[in-house]
Amino acid sequence: MAEWMPLSDAIRAAIHDGDFVALEGFTHLIPFAAAHEIIRQGRRNLSLVRMTPDAIYDQMIGAGCVAKLTFSWGGNPGVGSLHRFRDAVEHAWPVPLALEERSHSDLANAYVAGAANLPFAVLRGYTGSDFLRFAGHIRTIACPFTGETLAATPAVRPDVTIIHAQKADEKGNVLLWGILGVQKEAVLAARHAIVTVEERVERLDAPPNACVLPHWILDAVCHVPRGATPSYAHGYYDRDNAFYRRWDGISRNRDSFTDWIQDHILDTADFAGYLRVLGDSARLAANP
Amino acid sequence: MTPADYSADEMMTLSAARMLRDHAICFVGIGLPSTAANLARLTHAPDVVLIYESGPIGAKPSVLPLSIGDGILAETADTVVSTPEIFRYWLQGGRIDIGFLGAAQIDRFANINTTVIGDYAKPAIRLPGAGGAPEISSSAKEVLIVVKQSRLTFVEKVDFITSVGFLSGNDSRRRAGIPGRGPAAVISDLCIMRPEPETCELVVSSIHPGITRDAIRQKTGWPIRFAEGCSETVPPALLELEVLRDLQARTALAHGVSEGAE
Repeated sequence: MAEWMPLSDAIRAAIHDGDFVALEGFTHLIPFAAAHEIIRQGRRNLSLVRMTPDAIYDQMIGAGCVAKLTFSWGGNPGVGSLHRFRDAVEHAWPVPLALEERSHSDLANAYVAGAANLPFAVLRGYTGSDFLRFAGHIRTIACPFTGETLAATPAVRPDVTIIHAQKADEKGNVLLWGILGVQKEAVLAARHAIVTVEERVERLDAPPNACVLPHWILDAVCHVPRGATPSYAHGYYDRDNAFYRRWDGISRNRDSFTDWIQDHILDTADFAGYLRVLGDSARLAANP
Repeated sequence: MTPADYSADEMMTLSAARMLRDHAICFVGIGLPSTAANLARLTHAPDVVLIYESGPIGAKPSVLPLSIGDGILAETADTVVSTPEIFRYWLQGGRIDIGFLGAAQIDRFANINTTVIGDYAKPAIRLPGAGGAPEISSSAKEVLIVVKQSRLTFVEKVDFITSVGFLSGNDSRRRAGIPGRGPAAVISDLCIMRPEPETCELVVSSIHPGITRDAIRQKTGWPIRFAEGCSETVPPALLELEVLRDLQARTALAHGVSEGAE
């Protein structure tokens, strides 16, 4: 049953060292505020899953929160590499990072299987690729009806899924729209779910078939305006492409990354504080 | 501006765009494939259907998206579906005519690596990984690959097969039971390569104006062969160049950069 609460309380109650956590959102509605709070609270040894690690997991990996990553595309969209992700894989900094590597189709199917309470997903993929040789979690099975060989991949069942959405009503029913990615499946696959939202409204007034997550499948709803920036919230604000380009420079070396995390996240009380510091550093980057 | 003043990158993008026929259902990767696909839509193929893995079907962006899930893709699409639906119903469902991909490494049988350079367990360079490409390369009815030519990219053997081309050549792809027909062409900044009918090895079928055979050999990591009847690529038409440059100028104004990379 969803309860409205401050983000810091929701994270403290739900996320523990060693948990298996999904923070989803496909380029759109990425829950950055929640990730920052996990970094601020100093969680360690997390197993994270996300289709596109993006700057959000680059920050958590560099901050030392993560021991294992399940993912399907790990770049900085439109810019290049995720440098903290690469440094962790190539040089084990700040801690070694184990990888469970999949394709987008695999991971999307694996969330669907998790949501459907099935142990694995079946897909027609990977045939002929090196995934079958190197990625131990992918197996093949024979179709019991035709004998066709298909790929089988284990379901994803996070302890906690966190997403960001546009609106929630007083009861905690959540409405999201635009590019939906795998958020609904990731929430339904998890034991616990936290949603941060742009707006708290009296009524959702959602049309039939809209993507509404009923309050009774969620644990916590938190009002965090701009909580998905530098990604975007359709109808509220655009993607901060300039940030994603600046992230390339900030994250490229360990010192500038460490300073950035200290000033923007560890030394700020909450996401509103982060946005104030971020505004200052963005102005500085524009007019040095 | 005259058609004589164009860059090798423009020739590559235009050549790739020309290969998309009108009304084709096209699954588009971000970066060069997205630029070429939108150029086709804005020139000879107004009814091409562009599908992006983030969920937009029939996207008609006025500027190029920087990321695979930019809002403009959702706003201009005929419909937006979830990511599981895109991969399950639309791609695996067999509804895609052409998959449009890039590559970090490619071999003579058009197998693609976007996973690691070096050993998988201890990579020299960790690349972004698969994204949607493995299922695009296997499930789309055919595949176009657009990639700049160099010895770092066109290699004798890819370090990891992320997305299948023709595997070890001849009929090995068909025998593996992979549904799609595989790569129809590889378009670079120097030339167009197509699989040879019997062996499925890439051979040069068309050379861009002003490029020598030696230049192509020097930038290919295996002894590349030239098809009988290998021709010269038709140079850019003024209209093609104008539309491409307008698109890139609008994109630069919107994002402050010229084009995306997945």
